[in-house]
Amino acid sequence: MVDSGQWTVIMKKILEKLENMDRRIIFIFIALSIAIPLLFPVNLNFSVTQPVQSFYDAIENLPPGSKVLVSCDYDPSSMPELYPMNIAVFYQLFKRGDKIITMQLWATGTLLVERAMNEVLKEFPDKKYGVDYVNLGFKEGREVVMVSMGTSIPRTFPTDYRGNKVETLPIMQGVNTFDDLTLLMNISGGLPGTKEWVLQVQSRFHVKLGSGCTAVSAPEFYPYIQSGQLVGLLGGMKGAAEYEKLLKRPGSAARGMDAQSVSHIVVFLFIFIGNVAFFALKKSKKRLKV
Amino acid sequence: MGTGEILWNGLALFLTLSIFSILYKDNPFYKIAEHLVVGVSAGYFAIILYYNSFIPKVWVPVVHESKFLYILPTILGVLMWTRFSRKWSWVSRYPIAAYMGIGMGVAIPVTMQAYILVPLYATMQPIGFTSMALFNNLLVAAGVLCALVYFFFSKEHTGAFGGVAKVGIWTLMVGFGAGFGLTVMGRVSLLIERFTFMRDYLQKLFGF
Repeated sequence: MVDSGQWTVIMKKILEKLENMDRRIIFIFIALSIAIPLLFPVNLNFSVTQPVQSFYDAIENLPPGSKVLVSCDYDPSSMPELYPMNIAVFYQLFKRGDKIITMQLWATGTLLVERAMNEVLKEFPDKKYGVDYVNLGFKEGREVVMVSMGTSIPRTFPTDYRGNKVETLPIMQGVNTFDDLTLLMNISGGLPGTKEWVLQVQSRFHVKLGSGCTAVSAPEFYPYIQSGQLVGLLGGMKGAAEYEKLLKRPGSAARGMDAQSVSHIVVFLFIFIGNVAFFALKKSKKRLKV
Repeated sequence: MGTGEILWNGLALFLTLSIFSILYKDNPFYKIAEHLVVGVSAGYFAIILYYNSFIPKVWVPVVHESKFLYILPTILGVLMWTRFSRKWSWVSRYPIAAYMGIGMGVAIPVTMQAYILVPLYATMQPIGFTSMALFNNLLVAAGVLCALVYFFFSKEHTGAFGGVAKVGIWTLMVGFGAGFGLTVMGRVSLLIERFTFMRDYLQKLFGF
């Protein structure tokens, strides 16, 4: 038989072990919480939030054949979150028959954008380069490039990614400044990104701007929706998954949602257990002092 | 899957596992992968910037188009490298000063409008209890005011004033919590992508 005194000592030892748990145990649980749902998906349901719905609607409500600038400012480090958004944005625009003018302010993003475009083009083989879409490529200069585009886009990007003269491309006919574009969509991996587009372009030229960003930077950008500086926001992989759901075209983001949900539950449980152990130990130490 | 794909993706798998191995403890595999990332990134950036910046912005305008004015910013750029010399590092202050001046000139005129006035206007929306939207506006306005009170240090945070400041810090905590939650989500997303890559590779390799 274990008396109450021994029971308290055993509990204290368990709590101490929990409080000083080896972090590698947590890593193993997180790894399992991701690996198992990826191997055995159950397709957990998730709802679409208002910022994502607004993002989708902003494109859906455009006049057909609109010219949309998609600035893809990210690199491979934020690819898991932003690449699915990039594909989904291209897909929605092509599906509606809009024209895509894409550019990059991050040097290492160009190849990713080309890859995303090629992936979407498999579903729209009739789309022609220079007529339905163009990649203006990467331009160094960050905010200066943005401001310069407000004066003249062809002068800021004299040639496209493939070396063609921008002024000669049919899609660029009549496109001189932001006034000639219906919408601006930014896929943002950091700086320069959405914050700079809001500062330099939305506030200066009053362009309609939507953003797809990493989850880390999403809390910073949510206020821009309330203030009307953004027409919609996709925050991280969850935002991308919601957007894919609206498009009825599940991609890598939607497929990752099971793992995302399970791993969050595991993180929550560890935080909960850690706090319970901390407060219980604090209480027992106080009792011992008395 | 072709031989090339097997080898390159196999190397990517090995490097991924090498990076993950730091979670157990520091080891030579992690060090190799870490140094490779740094070296490859630096080399890749150097080449990209050479072709995207030096050639179109310096070489072509100066050599092919005789636009000699472009030499001035080029000189400023070269002066940045004097930072590596103890004797001449003071010279690098000139291009830094020019860079900061341009940065401030581009940012300051619009910062007030974009980051302060417009968000301030968005905070001053109609408030009430009759609809969820009005109640949300009330929460936002109250949260902002309480958080501002917390940062007012000229009066001691006691009594009613202290209570308001406490609500302010709770508001900030909610903000930090949301930030932390989304950061976890972002990091987990990166892990999911790597696991997906490893699963797909092994499935293709062994055909299960």
